[in-house]
Amino acid sequence: MSHYRSSRHHGLIALAAIIALLPLVLSNKYFYDVAILIGFNAIVCIGLNLLIGYAGQISLGHAGFFGLGAYASAILTGNYGWPPVIAALAGMAGVGSLAFLAGRPILKLKGHYLAMATLGLGIIISLVIVNQDRLTGGPDGITVGPFSVLGFALENERAWYWFIGGLLLLTVWLSQNLIDSPMGRALRALHSSEVGAQAAGINAAAHKLQIFVLSATFAAGAGSLAAHYSGFITPAKAGFIHSVELVTMVVLGGMASIYGAVVGAAVLTLLPQILTVLKDYEMVVLGAVMMATMIFLPRGLVPSLAALCERWRDLLPPSLVLRLEALIGRGRKP
Amino acid sequence: MSAELAQYLTTGVTVGAVYALVALGFSLIYNASHVINFAQGEFVMIGGMSAVSLVATGMPLILAVPLAIGITVLVGMLLEKFAVEPARGASVVTLIIITIGASIFLRGLAAIVWDKKLHALPAFSGNEPISFVGASVQPQSLWVLGATMLIVLALAWFFGRTRVGKGMLATSHNRLAAQLVGINVRRVLLLSFAVSAGLGGAAGILVAPITTTSVDVGVMLGLKGFAAAVLGGLGSGPGALVGGFVLGIVESLCAGYISSAYKDAIAFVLMLGVLFFLPSGLMGKRAADRV
Repeated sequence: MSHYRSSRHHGLIALAAIIALLPLVLSNKYFYDVAILIGFNAIVCIGLNLLIGYAGQISLGHAGFFGLGAYASAILTGNYGWPPVIAALAGMAGVGSLAFLAGRPILKLKGHYLAMATLGLGIIISLVIVNQDRLTGGPDGITVGPFSVLGFALENERAWYWFIGGLLLLTVWLSQNLIDSPMGRALRALHSSEVGAQAAGINAAAHKLQIFVLSATFAAGAGSLAAHYSGFITPAKAGFIHSVELVTMVVLGGMASIYGAVVGAAVLTLLPQILTVLKDYEMVVLGAVMMATMIFLPRGLVPSLAALCERWRDLLPPSLVLRLEALIGRGRKP
Repeated sequence: MSAELAQYLTTGVTVGAVYALVALGFSLIYNASHVINFAQGEFVMIGGMSAVSLVATGMPLILAVPLAIGITVLVGMLLEKFAVEPARGASVVTLIIITIGASIFLRGLAAIVWDKKLHALPAFSGNEPISFVGASVQPQSLWVLGATMLIVLALAWFFGRTRVGKGMLATSHNRLAAQLVGINVRRVLLLSFAVSAGLGGAAGILVAPITTTSVDVGVMLGLKGFAAAVLGGLGSGPGALVGGFVLGIVESLCAGYISSAYKDAIAFVLMLGVLFFLPSGLMGKRAADRV
């Protein structure tokens, strides 16, 4: 167990090191911008992966929660003059309550039916946002003021970068603790066999609902901050396509893997940036990449690479493996 | 019956026929493979856009329509061969992402082959409205309804009377048993994508003169066809028809009497209602897996 715990901390330290060292290569505002976007998406995807990867429940409507959080911040700070932090927390609480109410009937469904119901919920949310134009500005979107914490305003990309970096580490740490808690074990038991888990005394419905509410709240929080960061929000952020992007990030990075969610968010945020070079062919390549990774790496990047490393490890002489492991400070799991 | 109501009903029935065709496509593929094909809406788009560009080359409609359906069928078969077949046995989420990836791919490809503008196909027989119990009916609406009826009859004959159709039905009931009696289930899968693409393509061509068509037309039509399929009971042929028409009529009535702004939301509200209270749909098998 101690080995396991230490390897868990190594992952967090590695991520912290990457976040700390990344500014050395981020030479201009644009690179900072992309890094911050990756951070937002990673936070949403970690929450979504708790739901999809660990609890085994799909959601094709998470962008709706993201959008609601964003619009809550925009409206509460813009129209009612609330402080940004309070507005964001209120948005998260509101979205959490909505997820709680909607989750009760929705999570009784399974597989395709669950996918459809969450899809429907997401689309209804985005249509409400488009149509309540007096409040939301309709299809054209709405501007959002800057974000400030305790009177300290986040003014430039650098400040945002460190803020989001810290928040991402916090999210990873919280999620890892959750996964290793009795709650996390219950979720994994649920995923492998719901009947089995229930026979062992796990309240399946309550656990699924809790994780659904938690992941919706993560999405709402990220939505609030993203709206403040970009200073503008449109209904597209709450739409079906964005929901699909989020799920794809999770599955591409690797289900039931916290770092998978981060990697998936990074790859799928970077990809469109790189693909803009291709101009007209952007969508074609994006679609082809989605299909190809799902066909050839259905388990996602991180678990597939991990499996590959395991196989390589068996091919190398054991003495070399031990020395390498000592080098990266990682022992075999007990 | 007031003229207003008659007008809403005729509009609803016309749109409903299109939803029904798309929903039938969803159900066909779902039955054969348990895949929900999110690229179904793109078949509608490809059918409509192909017909528009073929007519633009000066080809008469009577040749352009079958050719456009042929192109859509080909795309459907390629999709099955290169995207769905290699991922056999993958999880629900994986298959959903593959078909969504396919729909993004096809939409991107269509934007390169054609353009992003709106296109109108000429109506099959003029634009002179016909008066019917106070409502003015576009001749194209009659074409939509007539063609849908013919397609449904043809499908009923295909599944009820032909060897291949019966084989497809058998496969949807029990794949293993179908395989044991010598049905080539792989070909059934390919065929279901072909037929389903043909249905989508036909719907896209029929509706193009009324609503105009563009590269992005498939997204909403696909999602609503999907809602219609769920409404009637996923995997049920008669259910898809009922779901399509019910959705079209309710949508048109709500747009007329309640709020046209929320017209698009109705499909999804109905879908959620059915999922919560009647998970096997209006016409679905009662024994459907609802756990």
